[in-house]
Amino acid sequence: MADTAGWRERAEETALLWVLVAIVAILSLLPLARLLFEGVAPGGRFSTAALSSVLSSATTWTAAQHSLVTACGGTALAVLIGATVAVLVGLTDIRGRNAFVFCFVLPLMIAPQVVALAWLQLFGPSSTLLKMIGLAPAMGSRNPLYSAEGIVLLLGVQYAPLVFLTLRAGLRTLPQELLEAGLAAGAKPLTILRTIILPLMTPPLVAGIALCFVSCLGNFGIPAFLGIPGNYLVLPTLIYQRLAGLGPSVLSEVAVLSCLIGFIAVLGIFLQDLMLRRRDFRITTTSNAMRPFELARWRPAVEIALWILTIVVLVLPLVALLLSSLVPAAGVPLTVKSATWSNYDYVLFDHAAAKRAFINSFSLSATAAIVIVLVAVPLAYFLVWRRSRLLRVLNLVAEMPYALPGVVLAIAAILVFLKPLPVFGLTLYNTVWIILFGYLARFLVLGLRPVIGGYYQLDRTLEEAAQIAGARLLRRLATIILPLVAPMATAGALLVFLTAFNELTVSALLWSSGAETLGVVVFSFQQGGDSTYAAALAMLTVAVTIALMLSTLLTGKPARGVLPWRG
Amino acid sequence: MARLIVDRVTKTFGAFRALDEVSLDVSDGEFMAILGPSGCGKTTLLRQIAGFDKLDGGRIVIGEAVVSSVTQHVPPERRRIGIVFQSYALWPHMTVAENVAYGLTVAGVRDPERARRVEAALALVELRGYAERRPSMLSGGQRQRVALARCLVTEPSLVLLDEPLANLDVHLRASMEEEFSRFHARTGTTMVYITHDQAEAMALADRIAVMDSGRLLQVATPSQLYREPADATVAAFIGEGIVVPAEVVDVDRNGRCRVDLFGLSVSMRCAPAQRPARKARACLRAGNLAIVGADASGIDARVVRAVYQGGHFRVEAQLDHADGVLVHMAVAEPCQLAPGSAIRIGIDDGWVLPEIGKIVDSIAPESADSRRPGGVAGADG
Repeated sequence: MADTAGWRERAEETALLWVLVAIVAILSLLPLARLLFEGVAPGGRFSTAALSSVLSSATTWTAAQHSLVTACGGTALAVLIGATVAVLVGLTDIRGRNAFVFCFVLPLMIAPQVVALAWLQLFGPSSTLLKMIGLAPAMGSRNPLYSAEGIVLLLGVQYAPLVFLTLRAGLRTLPQELLEAGLAAGAKPLTILRTIILPLMTPPLVAGIALCFVSCLGNFGIPAFLGIPGNYLVLPTLIYQRLAGLGPSVLSEVAVLSCLIGFIAVLGIFLQDLMLRRRDFRITTTSNAMRPFELARWRPAVEIALWILTIVVLVLPLVALLLSSLVPAAGVPLTVKSATWSNYDYVLFDHAAAKRAFINSFSLSATAAIVIVLVAVPLAYFLVWRRSRLLRVLNLVAEMPYALPGVVLAIAAILVFLKPLPVFGLTLYNTVWIILFGYLARFLVLGLRPVIGGYYQLDRTLEEAAQIAGARLLRRLATIILPLVAPMATAGALLVFLTAFNELTVSALLWSSGAETLGVVVFSFQQGGDSTYAAALAMLTVAVTIALMLSTLLTGKPARGVLPWRG
Repeated sequence: MARLIVDRVTKTFGAFRALDEVSLDVSDGEFMAILGPSGCGKTTLLRQIAGFDKLDGGRIVIGEAVVSSVTQHVPPERRRIGIVFQSYALWPHMTVAENVAYGLTVAGVRDPERARRVEAALALVELRGYAERRPSMLSGGQRQRVALARCLVTEPSLVLLDEPLANLDVHLRASMEEEFSRFHARTGTTMVYITHDQAEAMALADRIAVMDSGRLLQVATPSQLYREPADATVAAFIGEGIVVPAEVVDVDRNGRCRVDLFGLSVSMRCAPAQRPARKARACLRAGNLAIVGADASGIDARVVRAVYQGGHFRVEAQLDHADGVLVHMAVAEPCQLAPGSAIRIGIDDGWVLPEIGKIVDSIAPESADSRRPGGVAGADG
């Protein structure tokens, strides 16, 4: 009896572990390996033809140069805005902090292509808003945003919250005593900022910069809306154009391009990793709330400046977008008489692809969110509590599809699923399922991180008590662990849902007729010149996003430090 | 109910030996306390018995079955034991009744049998009427009792308690101690109680196992542990014994011997096997020491400090004969002993440490001893 005791438990745990290993490997290791393989051996045969033809093409290097210029410029602008705001919000006694944080972080949660669309509606000759106040440029003049500067501006606005969030997380861990010691030594607040706070904040700042750089580099929506019309191509849009224009025959070529952009991104990640290694970014519950510096008579001025910033980067573009969605056709001035809901009617009830896109985007995002959380809870269990070495290595691999630009994963997914699956004979290419695969692979980490954080905050004896009571692993997971990590898992699921719902990069390359997403339809409306339909559809996605974000403020336990828009 | 045998159990973490050949035999129905300072390995031992960790040597037997050895490991969920955790580990998303019922549900016990047994368990810990509350609505003592009820409802053969009183305030501790005692008497379950508090261990346990640095130093009844410590570490740890170098001059058959202590001849207790020895060590208790007049026989010493402790002073003094040897005793009020005043100390009893073969020539203090307050080992220089 003693020899067989516990074999069922062991078998159950081993089986679960291997299922998880298989899932992570299929979602992350397989596509990336397949992509690298295609880079050196296109079509399965070793050849440097594709590699050399791509690398010797002037287009490649022009796009790479454009990518670097816009990514660096966007990052610089984002750091300037994000760091300034983080210092003001994190260290001073401004009022209305939570409302401001919510508004400031909002652009990060709205789809980049919607941000681009909104800004395009703000400037340019057909801007409904500018027409209303009589400031619109002459018809036929060029929209100033169709330029490298426009791309840099919007990337900076979109990703300033990323720098803000990493820096603010760092400021939260700053011990109060260090600042008080500085004050006691006679230093003025600005001196303390320069000599104590900023040096200590170097690691999170550099991490934020690296994160921002990789995001700018991989962004597809903004350069697609602003760059393609002016033929200013970056690597992601170059890949898109090649693939959209010539189809799967150029796969080997775009695979090399993907490897190139992946390589640039890895350099950024490597830098971030180097800084993260020096510090532990886990949430500590013991950090004392830092007493804010008093701005005294400067406070109203600073508050006004922050809210003006909000109006410029958030309110004005969204208002422009809203107004454009209400005119009957682009260029028609908006008056009480001309205002119409017909654009909304059309995208909600008449246009078949738009209707399908709503259903597709909703169900794809919801499925991805649920599946990811169901995988993340046992996965984080083995990662945090069992310290499974095998999974720790895989965890690093699982980060890659999210850290790397979205086009890299999309191309990799096409390579894996272009041919029918062996054994099953199913073809996922050109179906909605390849998009689901892309979402699962890319956003697994988004759902996993909060759950891992949840485990670190849990007392493991809660699980051990259930073990002593005789409960096997699956039962413990279902009855004890899942309810306890539920708040974090919900937050993770929500992040996955919102990100997938607003996503364009992956689906732009993976969509097919019948499997459109909202991002794809907004994009094709805009490309086809139907900017009023695009604006209406974009407004609807913004409304859903903001409604979901607001709903987290009203209900449920706060999962601090997980949802970026919660103060 | 079951006997627990821990047989030469070894556990290492890297180069660190957390458990070093620990052997312990807990008989059926016994209340065994495992006592030691923090970091001594007592919690590691508990985790071995529970099965949370795998051992690196030796074996553990519960009842008739080997549950842990190098080659086999019965997982905790199959060991049919109960644990009361230091943090109580009550599941916050369940009511008191659901917490208690969990083990029964897992075992396949269904209502009405399950409800009846939950009710009985809650009655046993005097928490009837709290069944529908959440753990967050209970006081510390009530949570403790829920944890106890949850652990006992499945009638485990062996109950492990991991510092269950550490998180309670002083007043609650006394009443919970009493509760554990009554509880043990009523159920007759074999209990292993981990603690760093010797008063707690003495009050509750049938026997106490003293651990230090991953080794088991002595297993004995509380009284034996206090009166007859096995070595200098136990002597110093339990009841702040004073360990001094001594010469055993001759031994009689009644377990007593004559000892030369810095020139003073004292009659002391000793083990039956004790032989005369030039370099032995003795354990003195504060109660064995008293200040005597200058004409009486005793050891001259100098007061280091006197601390008032309510009704009496704790006087610490340094013996003149061998510098480095500090002793302490209780002196009743009134007492005007300034630091530096000369006193003579009389000694009426003591215990010769049965360290036969362990120490022959060297009685240098062990570093672990000299760091512990009150645990002052004898030193030759």
